[in-house]
Amino acid sequence: MSSYAEIVKALPYAYPFLFVDKILSMDEEGCEGTYVFKKDLPFYQGHFKENPVTPGVILTECCAQIGLVCLGLFLCRDGDPHTMKKMMVALTSTEMEFLKPVFPGERVRVHSEKVYFRFNKLKCKVAMFNEKDELICKGLIAGMLKTGSDE
Amino acid sequence: MTKEERYTKLQEIIKPYLPEDSRLEAIKPESHLINELNINSANLVDIVLDVEDAFDITLENEDMDEMQTVGDAMKIIESKLK
Repeated sequence: MSSYAEIVKALPYAYPFLFVDKILSMDEEGCEGTYVFKKDLPFYQGHFKENPVTPGVILTECCAQIGLVCLGLFLCRDGDPHTMKKMMVALTSTEMEFLKPVFPGERVRVHSEKVYFRFNKLKCKVAMFNEKDELICKGLIAGMLKTGSDE
Repeated sequence: MTKEERYTKLQEIIKPYLPEDSRLEAIKPESHLINELNINSANLVDIVLDVEDAFDITLENEDMDEMQTVGDAMKIIESKLK
């Protein structure tokens, strides 16, 4: 369990742009993690005026942080905790479908399955669920990972 | 499959990853995949994966590094098929 916490700690994000609370499971083929959209997140002030709903781009970001970046850190760690901390990620493509809204305070679960990880490109099939286990969004997310030892 | 057919096949693999307007004729042996054809590194990986499937070969990291132009890609494919 503690190694999952290490992964979250190694993420290059901070409030208000960290969208991972906890990794629930993780292996070479995929992972699962959760996040609670805190009511005081700044974007709720403007999306929408007097009607806060989590923006789709933020849901995509949450899927990417859990499904792509956390998994990427795990796949690149190579038993060396320092490699993990130096990994950089560049999001290269997203193809998402949105089915249900997420309101302030909701807890979501992101499930990610590796499609492939080759030549530093990680592509994942992701899906986000709410607490009722309803599908919120799903899609494909890919990024280029670069570890500190690369250059 | 002749060498010419393999080249046509490679062109067809590359084409959907070209960012703009580019026609099949824009893909020449001397065209640099990243600098001239403006293919980004993520799409280059997808081209390599498509090449692997199409020709039933496996490319390594070194091949990826050497694959600068369309001609380089052709050379790598030819050497793997031997």
